[in-house]
Amino acid sequence: MNPLDQLTESIKKGNRNEAKRLTQEAISAGVAPRPILDALVAGMDDVGRRFQANEIFVPEMLIASRAMKEAMVQLEPLLVAAGIRPEFTAIIGTVQGDLHDIGKNLVGMMWKGANFGVVDLGTNVSAEKFVAAAREHKAKLIGLSALLTTTMPAMKQTVAAIRQANLEGLKVVIGGAPITQSFANEIGADGFAPDAASAVDIARKLAFA
Amino acid sequence: MKSYSSLAIADATDLRFGVCPKPLKTRRGMTIGGGIVYPELNFTLPNMSIEAGTMPAVLAEYRQMITGALARAAELEPPGIVIEFETLPPMTQVPQWGIDITKLLADAMEDAYAKYGLKSVLRATPNDTREFERPPIMRSGGLWEDMLKTFEGCANAGAELLSIESVGGKEVHDEALQAGDIQQVIFSLCVMGVRDMTFLWSNLKKVADRTGAKCAGDTACGFGNTAMVLAEQKLISRVFAAVVRAITAVRSLVAYECGAVGPGKDCGYENPILKAITGLPMAMEGKTASCAHLSPLGNIAAATCDTWSNESVQNVKLLGGMAPTCYVEQLIYDCRLMNQALGEGRESAKMLQRWMVNSDSGLDPQAYIISPYSSIEIARAIVESPNAYYAGRAAALKAVELLDHAHKDHLLKLSPREIPWLQMIREAVEEMPDREDDFINQMMASVDTSKFVAADYGL
Repeated sequence: MNPLDQLTESIKKGNRNEAKRLTQEAISAGVAPRPILDALVAGMDDVGRRFQANEIFVPEMLIASRAMKEAMVQLEPLLVAAGIRPEFTAIIGTVQGDLHDIGKNLVGMMWKGANFGVVDLGTNVSAEKFVAAAREHKAKLIGLSALLTTTMPAMKQTVAAIRQANLEGLKVVIGGAPITQSFANEIGADGFAPDAASAVDIARKLAFA
Repeated sequence: MKSYSSLAIADATDLRFGVCPKPLKTRRGMTIGGGIVYPELNFTLPNMSIEAGTMPAVLAEYRQMITGALARAAELEPPGIVIEFETLPPMTQVPQWGIDITKLLADAMEDAYAKYGLKSVLRATPNDTREFERPPIMRSGGLWEDMLKTFEGCANAGAELLSIESVGGKEVHDEALQAGDIQQVIFSLCVMGVRDMTFLWSNLKKVADRTGAKCAGDTACGFGNTAMVLAEQKLISRVFAAVVRAITAVRSLVAYECGAVGPGKDCGYENPILKAITGLPMAMEGKTASCAHLSPLGNIAAATCDTWSNESVQNVKLLGGMAPTCYVEQLIYDCRLMNQALGEGRESAKMLQRWMVNSDSGLDPQAYIISPYSSIEIARAIVESPNAYYAGRAAALKAVELLDHAHKDHLLKLSPREIPWLQMIREAVEEMPDREDDFINQMMASVDTSKFVAADYGL
């Protein structure tokens, strides 16, 4: 197995010491940063697929995600120097009045693993904060989460505020227990993610549409 | 503060629905846990905003829900009914809104008694809004004061039973679930949670004493049910979620140590364990609560209930009528069956209970953990422990032992990816230090302490 395949394997297994060592060795051997990054993302893509297929649980995915994070610490300066940026930046948060954050955290974790730049605004986030963060980070995507039926109106208001801000190319994806595709259509969101596992594909489709 | 060092119900065959050693008498003459299971109906608003301008519409929704449900209940002639008003956050943040709705509900319940002779009792469950600040300020500030005002106002407006789904310790619990970290779960529930529960319920007891209301009980909903639902969604291990459930009993027990008298809050699936320890009546929810959330506990949850709840249903139109009206009917029929069995004597009740238990317990670890047998075993492990830290560890180890034996004896089906979790949890618990102080120091160095105010937990 070549060293980059070994690196992919180390991410799949969530072995952070191995991921760190192999990344360092690849850098020392003069491998360009892009193939190293691709090897890491391939590992996380596999983890995401296995998660989607109910073969592994969130903790296993989290362990893989931490291994990738360790490797990225070493790789980041080289990526910056080579002008390689995350695929795009996504803003994520739970809408105002709602404090639930597990679903939002899972989506954030999946997005980071897919090499999106993720800015997590937390819970109980106002429409204004979403708009300001999207503007500041030149985001391509905003992910809105809500768990309560009574905070669905806040989601609608947030989407309206984002539209009003007229940020070019910015797409909005929504999710949460009471959310449906028809609600997404009704409030003018660009996409609906029924679960964390599908949120990566939906985000990619929207961001590169 | 009371301390439970022995079990009120020590034999699994005595841990049954509708009966408990310390039943609760309500003002209207219902005896909860005294040989009858009562329906407990909870309902909530459809998708709508709650603000000053929409309050007339909010009140109209609640009026429609309570009058429709009580009218149908009267036609079906239950021996009594519990109504739970679980506020939505704005109704606790603006106490008057919660109080106005309580008054509306209490008046409607009085009217139903006058008109139909329908006995009822109102449980008010304000939100634990302290978490609306991050990190939460647990022991002071406007959110805390408004929460207490809501409790007091609701009690004065006619709520006889006071409950809450408190959140102390949750600041680090979600992360523990995502990481599958049982040590952090125990830190959250048995160190942070227990300390906050002691503070919170000591204060709620004062409110109850001032107003003549009764402290009913709490639930580790944001902990145990979050774990259960994540497991149901296949996000975390079911074994892990079942062990978390056993540990939640240590946290929820504190409400009773501070003077709560039941019925314990419906979504506390740890309630069978608490019933064994305290002998107090408990609310439960199962198959008739799928309107609110799915669970693997549809039948077995009823095996030890004293009130039987639907958790919550939105006021939406179904073919049979408005949803709260449909659900009160379902609950009443569920209770009729249980009460028929109780009326036919101990053996009939035991037979129905056996069917409830055996139809679920072999299919899911969470169900196995709340069976009467497991509940007694876990309850015993808790009361034999000198403090909450040891109790959390003992509950976890006992739960793992029960699940392991059940799986090996072919009493419980576990998928292959679940099985390693038994050993992983056991090892993690056994690695914990002997002294609580050492554990606290260890955890304070590893958890994200920016998420909570350590001083509010005495840490």
